[in-house]
Amino acid sequence: MDATMLPEVTAVGVIIKAILILAVISAIAGFGTYIERKILAFMQRRLGPQHVGPYGLLQLIADGIKLFTKEDIIPQNANRIIFAVAPVITAATAFIALGAVPVFPDFTIPFVDVYVPSIASDVNVGILFVLGMMAAGLYGPLLAGMAQSNKWGLLGSARTAIQFLSYEVVTGLSLLAPIMIVGSLSFVDFNSYQSNGTWLVLYQPIAFILFLIAGYAETNRTPFDLLEHEAEIVSGYVTEYSGMRWGMFFIGEYANMITIGIIASIVFLGGYNDWWIFPGWIMIIAKIAFLFFLMLWVRAAWPHVRPDQLMWLCWKVLMPLAVINVVITGIVMMAI
Amino acid sequence: MSLEKFKNRNVGTQNYKKLDLTHPPKSAWCKFKQVVSRTFKPELCIGLWVTLREMINALFRKKMHTTQYPFEKLPISPRYRAIHEMLRLLESGHYRCIGCGLCEKICISNCIAMETRYDENQRKEVSEYTINFGRCIFCGYCAEVCPELAIVHGGRYETASEQRASFSLFEDMLTPIDKLKLQQEYQGFGAVSPNADDNIKKTPLAY
Ligand code: SF4
Ligand code: SF4
Repeated sequence: MDATMLPEVTAVGVIIKAILILAVISAIAGFGTYIERKILAFMQRRLGPQHVGPYGLLQLIADGIKLFTKEDIIPQNANRIIFAVAPVITAATAFIALGAVPVFPDFTIPFVDVYVPSIASDVNVGILFVLGMMAAGLYGPLLAGMAQSNKWGLLGSARTAIQFLSYEVVTGLSLLAPIMIVGSLSFVDFNSYQSNGTWLVLYQPIAFILFLIAGYAETNRTPFDLLEHEAEIVSGYVTEYSGMRWGMFFIGEYANMITIGIIASIVFLGGYNDWWIFPGWIMIIAKIAFLFFLMLWVRAAWPHVRPDQLMWLCWKVLMPLAVINVVITGIVMMAI
Repeated sequence: MSLEKFKNRNVGTQNYKKLDLTHPPKSAWCKFKQVVSRTFKPELCIGLWVTLREMINALFRKKMHTTQYPFEKLPISPRYRAIHEMLRLLESGHYRCIGCGLCEKICISNCIAMETRYDENQRKEVSEYTINFGRCIFCGYCAEVCPELAIVHGGRYETASEQRASFSLFEDMLTPIDKLKLQQEYQGFGAVSPNADDNIKKTPLAY
């Protein structure tokens, strides 16, 4: 890095980045719903949204208008404050988590020569912070389900607790092995560790798969979409929500999907390093897009599991695997 | 065949073929083996492949299932019983109905109303003919009973309208005279069977 370049972290820069993250990720989260509907439709040989705008692209706007203008209903016996706060928790934590993940390589704005690191704040415990934030996000469903005085909501939050108890240990343990190899908790260090072109997934395939599984549970995606499974508990924790409050849950969920995609691509798939002739920013977009597609693909292909099966899977299969993986990694690292 | 077989409602004793289900694992070791084999069998990946294949089929091999209904329509069976049509004679273009009144008589929901009179050649002429489609149950009896193959069922199944009357007048149902060439014989109830010629016998006049 050039000495002539201006030092980066200024308050203005951080605010601009925060606003950019908010704007871009909400837009992408909205767009994600469109992509999800389209891909799921294609996988079932349907057409998907079709009539609003070219290829149904403006369906997003139609949905947005609907969400914004819908009547905001708070059920009679609900705890009003918690009912109102819960969606904000989900959405806010999802965005806060995104503040500590780097997406693009650092770059210099042309003409003004301002050097910009493309991360809102490079916390040195980045991974811990992001995981913690995403875990805190589950308080949204938990409180929402309990506040709305609806039995389905209550079941939804009970399932949230189960989910929470199950995947959290797997996420941590599966990331522990790569953290041991890299020796840092900062995403930027992970990225520079893989800058020679060997992706960590080659050393840690098991950890990668475990992390993906736990990530699906964390983002509440099929096969672990227990929280609001329509066929069983009406709509789970969002049964009583409508309009923009429901929309915030939705945006939070999609933002979390993107976060998981970003973490998986930075920690395991070589991050935003250049690869062959492709510059880093194209690579990371491609990786995130693929991981996002994988989530939709899995949703189209696999049935979902029962809550007890999720617990069984996490505690009896995934956690032992993760522990063994950590131990073997440790032994190999000591031997070398 | 006697009916006895079908009267037996006792499900357990009938000839159901059981699938060759594997037995649940007994010992802990068997359970472990089952978990391992299920874990490493590529069954999950097969599921993924199936959905991906269908996506490729739909997008690139033109196997999309969707019929965009108001713009595309699926063909319906020629025997389908939708809004009635009154047919014309192919030679003269005159309507086929001879005003015999059989359809009015047989209609089980009493929805055909007709009036006839003699015209100047002492032929029966239909002066009024309406079907009340609010009552019609599309049973097809009228088409079956008609001796002249005059009233038949057509293919217009989109019958939502501001007024039911829009379908039900004689002139509305009658084949337009300029579309006479396009008039199709009805295949359903009351139609002449394909081998009708073979079934014709000479009237035994020799007695
Ligand atoms: S289809 Fe049946 S109910 Fe309808 S007009 Fe004919 S005989 Fe009457
Ligand atoms: S049965 Fe046929 S010929 Fe007789 S009145 Fe009805 S439509 Fe006319």
